[in-house]
Amino acid sequence: MPLLSLYINNKAGGLIYHRDFASHAAELDVNEHLRLASTFNGLALILKELSPAKRSSKMELLEADSFVLQSFDTLTGLKFFVTADPDSKKLDAVLREVYELYSDFVLKNPFYETDMPIHCERFDEKLIKLAEDYQRR
Amino acid sequence: MAHLRKTGDAVFSKVEKVNSELFSLTYGAIVTQLLKDYEEVDATNEQLEKMGYNIGIRLVDEFLAKAQISSCQNFSETAEVIAKVGFKMFLGVTAEVTNSNASEFSLQLTDNPLAEFVELPEQYSQLSYSNMLCGVLRGALEMVQMRVECTLTKDALWGDDVTELRVVLKELMDEEYKDDDE
Repeated sequence: MPLLSLYINNKAGGLIYHRDFASHAAELDVNEHLRLASTFNGLALILKELSPAKRSSKMELLEADSFVLQSFDTLTGLKFFVTADPDSKKLDAVLREVYELYSDFVLKNPFYETDMPIHCERFDEKLIKLAEDYQRR
Repeated sequence: MAHLRKTGDAVFSKVEKVNSELFSLTYGAIVTQLLKDYEEVDATNEQLEKMGYNIGIRLVDEFLAKAQISSCQNFSETAEVIAKVGFKMFLGVTAEVTNSNASEFSLQLTDNPLAEFVELPEQYSQLSYSNMLCGVLRGALEMVQMRVECTLTKDALWGDDVTELRVVLKELMDEEYKDDDE
């Protein structure tokens, strides 16, 4: 059960990282990915406002016939979200692992500017490995 | 707060370690180089704080990710989490929280790994040697929507029994969406 795509949004809701893991991931161009990511950011926030329960979190899970989307907000305001085939399990754990990788291989790179798009090769490598491991689980 | 101690020990055993002498000598080299470059104590204190801030805004994500911290209910809980988990994770020691209330707290360190071999010479008696820690706390808390002021109020290097950091909450930065038209 492979992961499809991973997105990371910054505090302002702008896309700073995107990667596809499977050949059947949505085929979109760069602008469409940007639009999609910031739309999801707004949508998750609106759903939080719609919640009847006070202090509800933002939207965390979206399920459809052909895919699921799991989202994870950090206390620092970042949003990590991943799409995967339906019935994929433990996607929240995957996102927590991605957060750890981000804190190691992105933030510890002194030349990475926070809130800017991520171009870190070692981060890419670790993510690809994580996605491969997930598929074997 | 026994469960926090456990979390601190667990995450400390998980993270990578460096030799403590390499660590304290590296820090010493930074402080002495700043003293050379800025030629005065006040500017050095300020610069150490700024460097700490830049570390803190990055470090906080590693802390939240690896210690799996969820949001704190109040400022006193924040103090305990920093003292028992944060300090343990990154410095290998825990701090004691004292004088804690809804908007301020002090952190006391009996062991300061930064200053293991340090004796302050007379001309630098006003130096806040460990001021980088203040900056780290300010940077880290700012990223989780708390604007604080942090100062080194006691230092074993000044002859005090303990090293003490005072943290004062200035503002909770609410990021809730507010409608401008109202």
